[in-house]
Amino acid sequence: MRHIIAVLLENEAGALSRVAGLFSARGYNIESLTVAPTDDPTLSRMTLVTTGNDDIVEQIKKQLNKLIDTVKLLDLSEGPHIEREMMMIKVRAVREDREEIKRLTEIFRAKIIDVTDTSYVIELTGASKKLDAFIDAVPEGLIVEVVRSGPTGIARGDKGLTV
Amino acid sequence: MALSGAHEPESGRPDKRGKELSGAEIVVQALVDEGVEFVFGYPGGAVLHIYDALFRQEAVKHILVRHEQGASHAADGYARATGKCGVCLVTSGPGATNAVTGIATAYMDSIPMVILTGQVPTPVIGSDAFQEVDTVGITRPCVKHNFLVKDVRELARTIRKAFYIATTGRPGPVVVDIPKDVTDPNIKIPYEYPHEIKLRSYNPVQKGHSGQIRKAVDLIVQAKRPVFYTGGGVVLGEASAQLTDLVRATGFPITSTLMGLGAYPMTDPQFIGMLGMHGTYEANMAMHETDVLVAVGARFDDRVTGKIEHFCPHAQIIHVDVDPSSISKNVKVHVPIVGQVSNVLADMLKLYREQVPRSDAPPLPDWWAKIDEWRGMDCLRYDRSSLSIKPQYAVETLYKVTHGDLYLTSDVGQHQMFAAQFYPFDKPRRWINSGGLGTMGFGLPAAMGVQLAFPDAQVACVSGEASILMCIQELATCLQYGLPIKVILLNNGYMGMVRQWQEFFYESRYSHSYVDALPDFVKLAESFGHVGMRVEQPADLEAAMTEAFGLRDRLVFMDIVVDPTENVYPMIAAGKGHHEMHLAPSLSDRELA
Repeated sequence: MRHIIAVLLENEAGALSRVAGLFSARGYNIESLTVAPTDDPTLSRMTLVTTGNDDIVEQIKKQLNKLIDTVKLLDLSEGPHIEREMMMIKVRAVREDREEIKRLTEIFRAKIIDVTDTSYVIELTGASKKLDAFIDAVPEGLIVEVVRSGPTGIARGDKGLTV
Repeated sequence: MALSGAHEPESGRPDKRGKELSGAEIVVQALVDEGVEFVFGYPGGAVLHIYDALFRQEAVKHILVRHEQGASHAADGYARATGKCGVCLVTSGPGATNAVTGIATAYMDSIPMVILTGQVPTPVIGSDAFQEVDTVGITRPCVKHNFLVKDVRELARTIRKAFYIATTGRPGPVVVDIPKDVTDPNIKIPYEYPHEIKLRSYNPVQKGHSGQIRKAVDLIVQAKRPVFYTGGGVVLGEASAQLTDLVRATGFPITSTLMGLGAYPMTDPQFIGMLGMHGTYEANMAMHETDVLVAVGARFDDRVTGKIEHFCPHAQIIHVDVDPSSISKNVKVHVPIVGQVSNVLADMLKLYREQVPRSDAPPLPDWWAKIDEWRGMDCLRYDRSSLSIKPQYAVETLYKVTHGDLYLTSDVGQHQMFAAQFYPFDKPRRWINSGGLGTMGFGLPAAMGVQLAFPDAQVACVSGEASILMCIQELATCLQYGLPIKVILLNNGYMGMVRQWQEFFYESRYSHSYVDALPDFVKLAESFGHVGMRVEQPADLEAAMTEAFGLRDRLVFMDIVVDPTENVYPMIAAGKGHHEMHLAPSLSDRELA
């Protein structure tokens, strides 16, 4: 089963490699991992997406907690939460494709953020599945380049993952 | 969480608070403030400033090893025997990489150690400078934590953090990598050592959850076929007394892992031997039949469990451990209890006493009758009439000659298993071996650390002719510091455990397990300035060992020629369950239960 886990880490050199190293050393799956400092510059927040049965995910969370740099951890999948991923996609856009892509962009509530005579760059934010759907919807052969941030997430409600 | 672990300055130990010190002097003074007796190390370019600061003081003694692997094993042996933090100091590059085997050894067995490594100066880090390696990167997977100190103002606090992390919770090695410019003797700052340290991201659990403890005691009280299964965590957690009290109060049988031996007295009738791959018949059969398993400070290692699907098929499992990630990692447990084992065991005993009044009636007569029946198999029996020295006989003789009062370190292989089976330890911290990583070469340098900690104690290293050669250079260190270790070499001319597996599982194709061109160990010992002895006849062994241990101020290297074909029994082959043991051939024709 897919889990999305949020981790507050000390913003120390090497903290990211400790997490990445843990996953490779113990053979855990890692689908995506994003990390950036928070409003508190001493803390980084990481969102990682992994898959595994309940026992493996339980062990992943314990091992993450065991890292000295881990301050707090929350498995967002255990409760109601919001996930967002950002994608920039460069597509070939000439003649009738230009209108088709524009229509698609409107339907998905995406934005065209760069235009040339022959291409668009489109920005789209949403749940990962929405991004997948957009990629599927782009007519065959038009995609030049795709870059995705990997999902980030936050729990619904008034409680925060803070120190 | 606050902890004042660092020692207040003792009389005779210099107090330098507020003085202007260089980075190198801060390193040494921090060790003084931690109460460090010995630093095991080897100098080199990146640590020369620190070595100069060491030279100009007397509070911390430096022990010069002959290879950095020896430094890390010696610090490890010191830590295992004393319970204090072991310390080593090595230079950058090869100094650090040589120490890695010892760091990984300590990591696998959760030994508290602080390893100070020199690093190239900060401006050249990343430029492939002379003797540069990414020490923090290389050691990351085999340390509890590591640090690279880039600013001299961070040095004292980082060293304090390193000792705090290494010695609390589930202990482990911590590396502090120190670039040479950070120890510059010309840059001085006021010295302050933080005696209290707070880490918001690291708060080891102390007390166990009372509801969980109650659940565990309810299970224990109702158990019909219970077993205690205890490991190295009991030794590390200084919980030997609490364990002994609880086991005696319940009257339950107790088995131990290789790492836990001695935490409960092995000569006590409630002790049913080590369990696992080379455990006793009675211990493994009890595991297979038990209805309530009380696991304490053990981690369900594959050498202990055998095939997981066959592990304790009838049991409700209680697991007490300070490390939550050890719980339900390999085997799903029913009552997990996270906490310091000493606290949890004391709480369990209190609750048990409330529920079960003291009684003179022997507990669990049916279960003990069954265990005694298994004991009747005499699974450790060996041929006592043999004309060659049996390794089992050598270990039994060692026990007899030392009256059980010995610190015994071990290398890795058959001799390690024979020692674990035939030398009953009645105290914790007496049996010192590399269980998790299985590091050949561990025994001799570990014995140095033990002997330095206890100069008047009897210290021996049981080894094989293959293992001993892996750190043989440390014989020079032993001479320099006058360490009267007794090396008990069980010389069978083979890598015995490799040979045994090849005999069993590779149709006796002894691929590269024969150690050809062995040195003359007597001459070798003598050339290092020690006493060498060779023993070939069983009848001569006891007298020779008595003579060796009589030489109280000399290292004696006993080259004992043992039966090359002897195997370690019982044995559970990889992928088999506890009830599927191989017994020694003379025993296996008997019906197994």
